[in-house]
Amino acid sequence: MGLVLGGLLLPLTAQDGNQILRKIDRNMSADSRIIESTMIVHGKRNDRTITSKSHTMGTGKAFTEYLSPARERGTKMLKLEKEMWVYSPATDRTIMISGHMLRQSVMGSDLSYEDMMDDRRYEDIYDARVTGSEQVDGRTCHLLSLTAKVDDAAYPSQKMWVDSERLIPLRAELYAKSGQMLKQITAGDVKQVEGRWFPMHMTYKDVLKEGKGTEWIINTISFNQSIPANVFSKASLRK
Amino acid sequence: MFSFICKGIIRDRKRSLLPVAVVTIGVMVVVFLDGLMGGMMDNMVRMTANFQTGHLKVMTRAYAADEAQKPNDLALLGSGEVMEQLHRDYPAVDWTPRIFFGGLLDIPDEHGETKAQGPVTGQAVDLLSKGSQEPARLGLEKAITAGHIITQPGEILVSIDFAESFGVKPGDRVTFFGSTMNGAMSFANYHVAGIVRFGNSMLDRGGIILDIADARLLLDMEDAAGEIFGFLPGDKYHNEQAESIKTSFNNQQADNPDAYAPVMTQLMDQDMMRQTLGYTDSMSFFMLLLLMVALSIVLWNAGVLGGIRRYNEFGVRLAMGEVKRQLYRSLLTESLVIGIIGSAVGTTLGLLICLLLSRHGLDYSTVMKNIAMMIDPVIHARITPRMYYIGAIPGILSMLVGTALAGRTIYKRNTALLFKELD
Repeated sequence: MGLVLGGLLLPLTAQDGNQILRKIDRNMSADSRIIESTMIVHGKRNDRTITSKSHTMGTGKAFTEYLSPARERGTKMLKLEKEMWVYSPATDRTIMISGHMLRQSVMGSDLSYEDMMDDRRYEDIYDARVTGSEQVDGRTCHLLSLTAKVDDAAYPSQKMWVDSERLIPLRAELYAKSGQMLKQITAGDVKQVEGRWFPMHMTYKDVLKEGKGTEWIINTISFNQSIPANVFSKASLRK
Repeated sequence: MFSFICKGIIRDRKRSLLPVAVVTIGVMVVVFLDGLMGGMMDNMVRMTANFQTGHLKVMTRAYAADEAQKPNDLALLGSGEVMEQLHRDYPAVDWTPRIFFGGLLDIPDEHGETKAQGPVTGQAVDLLSKGSQEPARLGLEKAITAGHIITQPGEILVSIDFAESFGVKPGDRVTFFGSTMNGAMSFANYHVAGIVRFGNSMLDRGGIILDIADARLLLDMEDAAGEIFGFLPGDKYHNEQAESIKTSFNNQQADNPDAYAPVMTQLMDQDMMRQTLGYTDSMSFFMLLLLMVALSIVLWNAGVLGGIRRYNEFGVRLAMGEVKRQLYRSLLTESLVIGIIGSAVGTTLGLLICLLLSRHGLDYSTVMKNIAMMIDPVIHARITPRMYYIGAIPGILSMLVGTALAGRTIYKRNTALLFKELD
């Protein structure tokens, strides 16, 4: 009897989970995005604050320019589909980031280049199943279990706590294929921007790394703006 | 009795020549191997010290706890002040900063875009300060296969396999891309001064060397060092001296609760050196034991042959009233004298060969093509006081054991039949 009920319930929860993912994508993804943000990297010895401006087009194109501190100012990163380049004004060199470097930390933060590159929609990468309901920061959340349906997902599985009302992830745990937790993400300061809910403050914690994590604070964000195509070209790195 | 035995040994050379020759060769091999293995261990200790550990090393406590990862974010800040203190407190020791780092070496095409790139592990050493011993310590001149060593800021040495894989030549411009000690991106262009062969497959695949001042700029480590190496006077490692300096330094920091306070380690505490040397000593002992057993078997056989040859002599001596035990003892005394003679000659020959090896060295690079290794390709034998007796122990013991086994036949002779046998 239990097996029959379980068999009936499982497809329903999977369907619910995927519907929730679609709704999250509607909040988080856009045809284009322009973000000015501050990243605070809490190191073992000190904290570093880095500001940047990013332009994103769909899921395949992104351009980021670092504005401060002085050592990083003028450093630019360009992502075109599965390729990524970094430009350093100090050396006047454009360097391709590939291979194992993609797993390295960006600016000493808890984010890797791979994390930054993967802008795909959740529903394109994962199948979700609702496994329960929990409170996070006083808000009722769906607890989703995400399993990758593509081979190239950076994290084969995730546990995600999604605000049941605003459909925004408030907490996530990212796992390796072995089942080991790799990263934790918490989100807060959820605001309504241009008719959608968006977390303006996120904290990333690489659990394999010491330190107190990396805060990512969005200062300004705008969606579906027109961005000139030449922004996403290698020529724009040297400008 | 003793002079009788000695006369017998000298006059009847057929009796003594083979055992003396066997003992001599065995002892010579033991002494030679001891000197050679000692030399090899010295070589290993020297190279480990020069490249990885120093005789002494100062790091922060946090860095030391995770030393294998070379965590530059936990590096020693204010390293100049620490160096000053070290020079003041231990002036006989040569203190020098080192930084180990990793990243990507990118080779540009004619448009300045990535033509090729590969991961590298770097070591920054003080190459340009006046009077620095570091270039000699790392044997850079010998290791260069093309170009020259670093002579000015902005130059880099690249490992041979990396250079061959990516077509890097002296004079090329390359870009290093990695992280500063704070985790920020670090980029710098360098001119390739030379190509080096480290003699270690991992380093040859992706090793680079920079001057410490360039590395400090690159990694945002002004007045910082991952590690400070200390080399004892004459670049010779003395365990007790190192232990004493380490204890004295660490006692000064004992009450400092700071996780980034400096802490000193010595060569034997690092890279499993104590275990490696202990293991090598055990192996040496095992080899000596094996050699002694082999020698005993050969000398037993020689004793049996001698016994057969001297069958009549023993018969006459027994017939003349010499008791079996006395005859057996005289044989053992004879073997003791032969063992001493063989050991003395073998030790002398072994020492002479080791002396030659210690002066001229054994250059094994000649048997390998195109070798220009940083790891010293010339082994110099080590002469130690123990070499004067290390060979004599198995030499004399094996002779005694061999004779004791062979001489048992004396007790099997039937006295009543002796005259009949002599007829």
